[in-house]
Amino acid sequence: MSEVLDVAQSDPADRLPQAVGDVPPLASPPAPPSLDVRGLAYSYPDGHQALFGIDLHIERGERVALLGPNGAGKTTLVMHLNGILTGGLGTVAVAGMPVDREDRDAIREVRRRVGIVFQDPDDQLFMPSVREDVAFGPANMGLTGDELEARVTHALELVGMAEFADRPPHHLSFGQRRRVAVATVLSMEPEILVLDEPSSNLDPASRNDLADILRSLDVTILMVTHDLLYALELCERAVIMAEGSIVADGPTRALLGDTELMARNRLALPRGVTLRD
Amino acid sequence: MAHVHPGAAPDHRAPAPAAAPKGSGHRHGHDVGEQLYVHRHTPVHLLPPEVKIACLVAFIFVVVATPVHQVWAFGVYAALLVALAAVAQLPARVVAPRMVVEVPFLLFAALMPFTGPDPQVQVLGLTLSEPGLWAAFGIVAKGTIGVLAAIILAATTPARDLLSGLRALHVPALLVQIASFMLRYLHVVGDEMARMKVARESRGFEATGPRSWPVLGHSAGALFIRSYERGERVHLAMLSRGYSGSMPMLDDLHATRRQWLLGLALPAVALVICLVAWRMQR
Repeated sequence: MSEVLDVAQSDPADRLPQAVGDVPPLASPPAPPSLDVRGLAYSYPDGHQALFGIDLHIERGERVALLGPNGAGKTTLVMHLNGILTGGLGTVAVAGMPVDREDRDAIREVRRRVGIVFQDPDDQLFMPSVREDVAFGPANMGLTGDELEARVTHALELVGMAEFADRPPHHLSFGQRRRVAVATVLSMEPEILVLDEPSSNLDPASRNDLADILRSLDVTILMVTHDLLYALELCERAVIMAEGSIVADGPTRALLGDTELMARNRLALPRGVTLRD
Repeated sequence: MAHVHPGAAPDHRAPAPAAAPKGSGHRHGHDVGEQLYVHRHTPVHLLPPEVKIACLVAFIFVVVATPVHQVWAFGVYAALLVALAAVAQLPARVVAPRMVVEVPFLLFAALMPFTGPDPQVQVLGLTLSEPGLWAAFGIVAKGTIGVLAAIILAATTPARDLLSGLRALHVPALLVQIASFMLRYLHVVGDEMARMKVARESRGFEATGPRSWPVLGHSAGALFIRSYERGERVHLAMLSRGYSGSMPMLDDLHATRRQWLLGLALPAVALVICLVAWRMQR
């Protein structure tokens, strides 16, 4: 018994009005891609090789889902995007700026440009109040006073949490904490937002709220997830990783519809759900 | 453990903003630090935390420096603190139960009259050491006054303000950061511990006698490893947001000269008493 479910996929046209702000008009020279990974290979110090020559280009304003089974190397890839892990082969560039661990100023700038939202908000929210947590990143960048305050307020408004600024994080619900975690990196005005399992542990309403928030943001998004329907809802493009390599890269709907590809990479839609053409 | 909050009455809750929706995971009064704080609007509460900390430490140093044989001096110190507690509107039923933390020190003090040197004196049919008795009195008197002062500080200053007070006093940043993380994560670890307990008991475990100790030991070990791993993840999250060794300072309010003078009144009075006590000692 199978039930046909229609999942709304965002039409790229939907996004145009929001994308207007920063994206230069077509006539001007194209902005460098938000993310440009070339030939990235990496072995952990214990000798386990996690990445085997990754190539990934993400243009400005794209929303891309990074899919793949556990152990595929998704997290290892993410840790390279802001220079937490380095030392392998290949290059990573964020909006044209190469990630170079030796250059402290460059690393600092790259960490501003790549906003990583970790899976457990309790790991991300370590300051005594929401306001201080959202201010942590921009304050490390050297912002102070009114400018800092404005950043914090704006970031919290983007995720609908402005009225909770003075709360300690542990007084918030899980969904609220996840939204504040997103705000903590938005306050750094990142080029690309990297989300690790954004829908995990959220109740259905919070899951939808977060999807609306992510869709409203004018920022490139790379979303690591096992939640294929969430990927389909939010991302026009998906990349599948398996055993340290990228094995597929294309429109999310087409990849999820390829049952053979999906099965080969231990991916599957929830039972009983099929995509309607 | 996370749900114990001694001495908390409904009016101890911090006021919630009117806009706060119901059921938003609001759990006031359950947090370490907040559960010690007693919300009032008194001159003691309003003093900046760095003033309170510095004056408390100065006061305790003076008390410790007072000769034990001048019993009256300790009476005056205690009276000063009782007056301070009254100004801070701290009822005895809140303060008294918290004095329990002192008990282990009292037990230690109780041993001293039995183990101290000669001369011995007869008290209630027991042969006790006189220097031991005086030493025990010194520990009890100075300890009680110190604990009372610390309780007043904790009850009139939210834990977060204590941290910014320590920062303002130029306590090494690393120590303040460690304390701040402890404050933030104690309840996270506490919740984790509570979940592990539920999971143990759901599988029929009952903590009875030494046979259950290995299980509890393994749980403690697992909790330690989980906390350690969380520490690594938090550090990663901090690095990702540009952390480079020091916490950004957000609130740099400075105490005024008047506030310092007001706060220093307590150790100043105590110092006068201490000097008089030393004079009488000679």
